[in-house]
Amino acid sequence: MKENIIDIRHLSKSFGDKKVLDDINLYVRRGEFITLLGPSGCGKTTLLRMIAGFLKPDEGSIMLDGKDIAGVPPHERPLNTVFQRYALFPHLDVYDNIAFGLKLKKTPEDEIDKRVRKVLKLVAMSDYEDRDVETLSGGQQQRIAIARAIVNQPKVLLLDEPLAALDLKMRKDMQIELKEMHRKLGITFIYVTHDQEEALTLSDTIVVINEGKIQQIGTPTDIYNEPVNAFVADFIGESNILKGRMLRDRRVAFIKHEFDCVDEGFGEDVRVDVVVRPEDIYFTTDPAKCQFTAKVNSCTFKGVHYEMYVDTDTGYELMIQDYDPYPVGSEVMLYIDPDDIQVMKKERTENKYTGTVTAEGTVEFLGAEFECDTKGFEVGEDVTVKVRFEKVDLLDHEDEAITTGHVEFILYMGNHYHLTIRTESGEKIWVDTNDIWDKNDFVGIKILPKDICLEKVTAANE
Amino acid sequence: MNKRSNWALPYFIFLVLFVVVPLLLILVYALQDASGHFTLANIGKFFSDGDSLSTFALSIEVAIENTILCILIGYPAAWILANKEYNKGAVTVVLFILPMWINALMRTLATAELFTMAGIQLGKGTLLFGMCYDYLPFMIYPIYNVLNKMDKSYAEAAQDLGATPGEVFRKVTLPLSMPGVLSGVMMVFMPTVSTFAISEFLTNNKIKLFGTIIQENINNSMWNYGAALSLIMLVIIGITTFLQGNESEENSVGGII
Amino acid sequence: MNTRKVFARIYIWIVLVVLYAPILFIAVFSFTEAKSLGNWTGFSMNLYKNLFTGSMQNSSGLISAVENTLVIALIASVIATLLGTVAAIGIFNLKGRKKNVMNFLNNIPMINPDIITGVSLFLLFVFLHISQGYTTVVLAHITFCTPYVVLNVMPKLSQLNPNIYEAALDLGATPMQALRKVLVPALRPGMISGFILSFTMSLDDFAVTFFTRGTIGLDTLSTYIYADARKGGLTPELKPLMTILFLLILVVLLIINIRQSKNSNKK
Repeated sequence: MKENIIDIRHLSKSFGDKKVLDDINLYVRRGEFITLLGPSGCGKTTLLRMIAGFLKPDEGSIMLDGKDIAGVPPHERPLNTVFQRYALFPHLDVYDNIAFGLKLKKTPEDEIDKRVRKVLKLVAMSDYEDRDVETLSGGQQQRIAIARAIVNQPKVLLLDEPLAALDLKMRKDMQIELKEMHRKLGITFIYVTHDQEEALTLSDTIVVINEGKIQQIGTPTDIYNEPVNAFVADFIGESNILKGRMLRDRRVAFIKHEFDCVDEGFGEDVRVDVVVRPEDIYFTTDPAKCQFTAKVNSCTFKGVHYEMYVDTDTGYELMIQDYDPYPVGSEVMLYIDPDDIQVMKKERTENKYTGTVTAEGTVEFLGAEFECDTKGFEVGEDVTVKVRFEKVDLLDHEDEAITTGHVEFILYMGNHYHLTIRTESGEKIWVDTNDIWDKNDFVGIKILPKDICLEKVTAANE
Repeated sequence: MNKRSNWALPYFIFLVLFVVVPLLLILVYALQDASGHFTLANIGKFFSDGDSLSTFALSIEVAIENTILCILIGYPAAWILANKEYNKGAVTVVLFILPMWINALMRTLATAELFTMAGIQLGKGTLLFGMCYDYLPFMIYPIYNVLNKMDKSYAEAAQDLGATPGEVFRKVTLPLSMPGVLSGVMMVFMPTVSTFAISEFLTNNKIKLFGTIIQENINNSMWNYGAALSLIMLVIIGITTFLQGNESEENSVGGII
Repeated sequence: MNTRKVFARIYIWIVLVVLYAPILFIAVFSFTEAKSLGNWTGFSMNLYKNLFTGSMQNSSGLISAVENTLVIALIASVIATLLGTVAAIGIFNLKGRKKNVMNFLNNIPMINPDIITGVSLFLLFVFLHISQGYTTVVLAHITFCTPYVVLNVMPKLSQLNPNIYEAALDLGATPMQALRKVLVPALRPGMISGFILSFTMSLDDFAVTFFTRGTIGLDTLSTYIYADARKGGLTPELKPLMTILFLLILVVLLIINIRQSKNSNKK
C-alpha cells in the first residue's frame, strides 16, 4: 500500500479564457484530514470537483492509489462527496437517502439495514430514519448527508464547504463532531472551506489556494506561524504586514527600527515583507527591554482579549492583542521576540511589463497607450517598462485616466495600502497608496510620464 | 388608512359573480327540466343514451391516448432542452412554446389540410396526431420548467453514490420531475376531453367528442341537457384535480414569459 | 458521447419541424392565389394586397372580426391587469383561511376547460336576462385572464421587501404616493407579463367567445375562422393574415426572451 492515496500532478483547468487552476501539484496522505483553503473563486471547489470526477482536467493527472483516474466516471470512483447544500433527495426519506448507494450496488437487504443503522448511530440520528428529509433542520440534513456518503465506505471523503449554511454555534459543534468522525472512521478527508478558523481547527494539513495556484502547504501551525507570503499571512488570522529590509542574517529593519530575528539566507540589504502577529507584540515597563514606543489609538474588548491599535513613534499603525487594556492616548513601550518575526521574500518590488514604443513619446502596455520619454528608443521597438508601486495614481473616475481596472486585493502595510488592481486588459498592476479603496472598486489608472521607466529588452530582463 | 387585505374584496365579489355563481347555475340547470322543475331526468338521459355514453368513452380514450403520446414525445424533448450539454440557448425553448400562442383553430385547420393534401384519410388517427400536435407544447413546457430548475447537485450526488447515467435518470431525475409531468397532464387531458372545434376539423365531423355534444345541445337551446353534460365534465375535473393534489401549483403557465 | 449529442439534436429538430409544418404550410400558401389550402397556382402577392386594401369577398366581415379581436383583447387585458394587481396585493395581505379561499377561487378559472367557462357564463347571462354581445364577451375574457395576472404579480410581491411601503410613508409619502412611486414600479414586471399573457390568451380564445357572444353576429377572428371553415370555404386572405400575426408574435417573444436572458446574465 502506498502512503499517498491521492497524487495530483501538473493539474490545470480553464473555463473559457479564465484559468481557474494553474499547474497544481499535491499529494494526500492516507488517512489525513486535508483542507483546501482559499477565498471564493480561488479554484478550490473546482479542484474538489475534479477529484470527484464531475469535471475533467485540461492538463495533468489525478492518481488514486497509484492509478490514473482520468477516464473513470464519478459513479465508479471509490470516493464520496458531501455537497455544499447537502443535495439530499427530496423524494426519498432519510433511510432511503442513506441506502441509495448500497441499493445501487445490490447489497443484500439485511446488510443495508445493518449499515444504515450503524451510520445513523454514528451521526447521532438514530430515530430519524422514516423522516422526510425536508422536515429536518440544516444541521440534521448535514448529518444525513455525511451518513449517506460514509455508509459506502469510500476511500476518500470529499466535503465541499459542508458547514457553510449553518449558524455559528452549530458550525462549532459540527467541527468537533467531524474531527471525531474522522478519527473513528480512519478514512481520508478532503475538505474545502473559505473559513480559515475552520481550517486551522480541523486539519492535519492545510493547502492555501489563491487565484488557481497553491500558495502554501503545511500544518496549521506552520501556516499560521510561518506564512510564506503576504497573501497567506493576511488570509490566515490577523496580522501586521510591513515592508522591511533584511540587513544581514538574523537582523531585519522595519517600521524604521532594527530588530533581531531568526531568519537567515536572504542576503544583505535585501527588501523583504515582514509579518508580526498582533498577539506577538508585547507591552513592557522595563526601558531595557523596550524596542520602540507608541501611542494607543483605540482599544476594543473582544471577549477574551483586547484589540488595540497603536501609532508608533515612527508613524506606523500596528494592531496588538493583549489580555490587559491600555488607555487610549497613553504612551506605551513595546518589544517583539526574535522568534515572532516572520520574514518573507518579496514577490515583486515594482511593476514590470513588456511594452512597445508606438510613437515618439508614447509606449503601449497594459492594453493602453501611455505618454513617456522615449528618447533612445525606436518606434516599434519592444521595451521593458518599469513603474514603482507608489508612482501609480488611482482616480475614482475615468476622465483623466489612461486605463481602468478593479481593485482585486487590499493589503494594509502599517502606513499605507498595497493594492492589486486587475486592469481592463486582464493584467495586474500593484499600487501603493494612502487612499482608502474597497474591494471591487472601479478605478481609473494614471501614471505621469516621468514615472515610467523604459529599458532595453535584455536577456536578463526576460 | 384602509387595510390592504380589503383590496381582495372587489376581486372576491367578481369571482363569486362570474365563477362561483355560473358553476352553481350549471348544477341548477342540470337538475331542472325545461319548465324549471326539479328533475334527475337530464342525468338519467345521459346514462341511458348509448350515443352519449359512447362519445363520452371515446373522449376519455382519446384524451388518455393523447396525454400518453404527449408525454412520450414531450418528455425527451423537454429533457434535451433542459440539458445544458445539448441545448445552450433559450431561443430553442421559445420556439417550442411559441405555437401555444398561435390561434389553435388556424393551426388545426392547416394540419387537417396537410393531411388531406398528403392523401391521409381523416379519422381517429389524424385526430390523435392533430391533438398531440396542438397540445404538445403544453406538456413540454411544465416538464422543461421543472427539469431546468432542478438542482444539478441531485444528479451529481446520485452519480457520486455510484449511479450510472441510466440509474441517475430512473432513480432521481424522473421521480423529481413528476410534478412537471402532472401539470402537463392537467394541461393536456381536460382540454382534450372538452375540445369541440378541433375534433370537428381534424375528422371532418366524422368523430364527435364530448365537447361537441355539449356545444350542440347548448346551441340547440337544450340548455338543461347541455348543463347536465357540463356537470359530468366538472365532476371529472374535480376528480383529476383531486388526484393531482396541490403538488404542482407553481408549474402552471403563469411563468411562460 | 458525440453520437448522443447528434441524436438529441436530430430529435429536437424533428419535433420542431413537425410542430411548425402546418404553420409553414399556411405561410407558403399565403403566396399563391388558390382558394383552398394546399393548392399551388403560382407565386402571387395578391392575397397580401387584398388584405391591406380590403378588396376581397366579405372583406368587411374579416376586417371587423380582426378589429373586434384586438379591441376585446385590449380592453379585457387592461381591466384584468388592474383588477388582478389590486387583487394580488389584497390576497398577499390576507392570512389563513381567507387567503386559501381566495387562492382556491382564483385557481378555478385556470383549471376549468374553456367550454365549462363558456357554458357557465352563458347560463349566467341567460339567467340574468342580459343580452349577450360585446360586453358579455369582454366580461368573460376578464374572467379567464385575471387569474393569470394574479399569478404573475404574486411572486413579485413576495420578493418585495415588506418594509419598502412603510419606508416610503416614513419618508413623507402619502399612501397614494407610496403606492404609485414604490409599489407599482416594483410590481411592474409581473403586471407586464400578466398583461401580455392576458392579451395573447384573449386573442387566441375561441370557446368562451363562442358561448358568450350571443346572436347579434359579433365575430372575433376565431369564431370567424370557425364559421368560415364550417361553411367549407376558408377566406383565402386569412393565410397572409395568420402569417403576419405569427411573425409578429415570434418577434415579440424572441425579443422578450433574449432581453430577459441578457438581464439574468448580467447579474
